[in-house]
Amino acid sequence: MTEKETILKAEARDLSFYYGQAKALKNISLPLYDKKVTALIGPSGCGKSTFLRCFNRMHDLYPNNHYEGEIVLHPDNVNVLSDKVDPIEVRMRISMVFQKPNPFPKSIYENVAYGLRVRGINKKSILDEKVEEALTNAALWNEAKDRLQDLAFNLSGGQQQRLCIARALAIDPEIMLFDEPTSALDPIATASIEELMDELKSRFSILIVTHNMQQAARVSDYTAFLYLGELIEYNETKKIFTNPDRKETEDYITGRFG
Amino acid sequence: MRFTLQEMRTMIARHKRWDHIFGLVGMLCLLLGILTLVVLFGQLLLQGMERLTPEFFTSFPSRRAENAGILSAWVGTVAVMLVTAMTAVPLGVAAAVYLEEYAPRNWMTAIIEINVTNLAGVPSIVYGLLALGLFVYQFGLGQSILSAGLTLALLILPVVIVATREALRAVPGSIREAAYALGATRWQMVSGHVLPYSSAGILTGMIIGLSRAIGETAPIITIGALTFIAFLPNSPVTTDFPFISFKWLMDPFTVMPIQMFNWTSRPEEAFQLNAAAAGVVLLVMTLAMNGLAIWLRYHLRKKIKW
Ligand SMILES: Nc1ncnc2c1ncn2[C@@H]1O[C@H](COP(=O)(O)OP(=O)(O)OP(=O)(O)O)[C@@H](O)[C@H]1O
Ligand SMILES: [Mg+2]
Repeated sequence: MTEKETILKAEARDLSFYYGQAKALKNISLPLYDKKVTALIGPSGCGKSTFLRCFNRMHDLYPNNHYEGEIVLHPDNVNVLSDKVDPIEVRMRISMVFQKPNPFPKSIYENVAYGLRVRGINKKSILDEKVEEALTNAALWNEAKDRLQDLAFNLSGGQQQRLCIARALAIDPEIMLFDEPTSALDPIATASIEELMDELKSRFSILIVTHNMQQAARVSDYTAFLYLGELIEYNETKKIFTNPDRKETEDYITGRFG
Repeated sequence: MRFTLQEMRTMIARHKRWDHIFGLVGMLCLLLGILTLVVLFGQLLLQGMERLTPEFFTSFPSRRAENAGILSAWVGTVAVMLVTAMTAVPLGVAAAVYLEEYAPRNWMTAIIEINVTNLAGVPSIVYGLLALGLFVYQFGLGQSILSAGLTLALLILPVVIVATREALRAVPGSIREAAYALGATRWQMVSGHVLPYSSAGILTGMIIGLSRAIGETAPIITIGALTFIAFLPNSPVTTDFPFISFKWLMDPFTVMPIQMFNWTSRPEEAFQLNAAAAGVVLLVMTLAMNGLAIWLRYHLRKKIKW
């Protein structure tokens, strides 16, 4: 990866976030590059999920939360946190995969098609095509093609998570957010999802939260280390894992953290 | 400090005595409740058995006990329940969805919530008085099936609202977030996910409400149901266009518990048998509705796991 190829996709600028009075994120500035994976690491409670969920305005669903600062999407320069921007518009551009697989209690087909139905697409031929495409890209087509009308719960945990990825892919997002997508999965399912991420990043920008240092090192191009709501260090993953600038970062990735 | 094995065993045995004691007491309490119901039902059945003939269901009330039947009563009950369900369910579900999913969390909402719960405890006769003034006189609906159905709908509205809210709340936040994250609006989320996934709970609430309404006597008497009705309401289907008619809504009526009440207040022994037989029918109707609720819940829940 040469510097020339990196195109800025989004930027957090001086972003702070409050749960009521409690300041959970403190003045974070961070770029996201197109077709790159950015990993968020840090000890439990440091604000990784909070940061991730700012990108699709998930915090708007609960009362008394508020944002300060901006998250700007490029190239159109929209600040997704602006009051003038509808959170629904933001969620149509940025999709998310959650920590625990959370398929709808519907068929596999309907799970993947849901994002399209929300957009008013109900034509069967289009849905069929998009569902197949999304499932293929989520490496689930071969396992699921003969049982598209089965309930999603009948899939294994790893398959369910890939189904959730397919569901998020079907809407053709510009950025995809992953919040510890493999923490509920076994090593084999984890490996298949990591592999998938490598293929998917050719389509959009990925932001992933992970507790697993090896995973961050394996899948990401850039890594940000958060601690107590502050961004301690951000750099290319290679640099962070071989020669971090800050002592806290080094302590954390080597497991010497208090 | 460490116990010897012997000490530990005596201690465990001593503690376990309380398990046995509670197990016994608990079972007695349970039996007390169940047995009372069984004995009551058995007694009614024994008493009313001989009157439970097909003619009993197809005859109008009569001055001669052996010719009297419950035709107008069960038809009236079915008609009133229909009106009740058709009004209480849409109103209750809409109110619950609003409270649970739309209403801002402020003191106004808190007061409304507390009052909805309190309404469930208002004595039914009070609803009867309210309905007499409002539906019968103010709206001029008279002593009709419509008035009765609306009154009972009012009565069970809190039950439907509370049960629906419980059912809505049981849908996990992760499912809501999944829908929102895909760009769904609130209504898309509610209509596409929360309502369908909670339909089992909503139906159960509706049936529990209806099985309360079916036995209500006081409010129905208050609004002036007749105790002696020897005709049926107008038919809902007609032979000429448009083939359905809503005339029956405005007809006078009687219902099962009122028919029973009427018979029990007669001095002749023979009418007591009729009352017992009608009681059996009413109980079976209620149990059947509860059975239906259980069946529906089982079948609708089978498809849903979180
Ligand atoms: N809904 C909430 N209301 C109030 N405070 C919250 C809420 N959610 C999280 N917090 C607080 O915000 C801080 C950051 O939480 P967050 O969930 O972002 O941490 P995290 O880095 O994702 O942790 P983990 O690795 O355990 O998932 C924590 O101190 C947490 O207690
Ligand atoms: Mg988290």
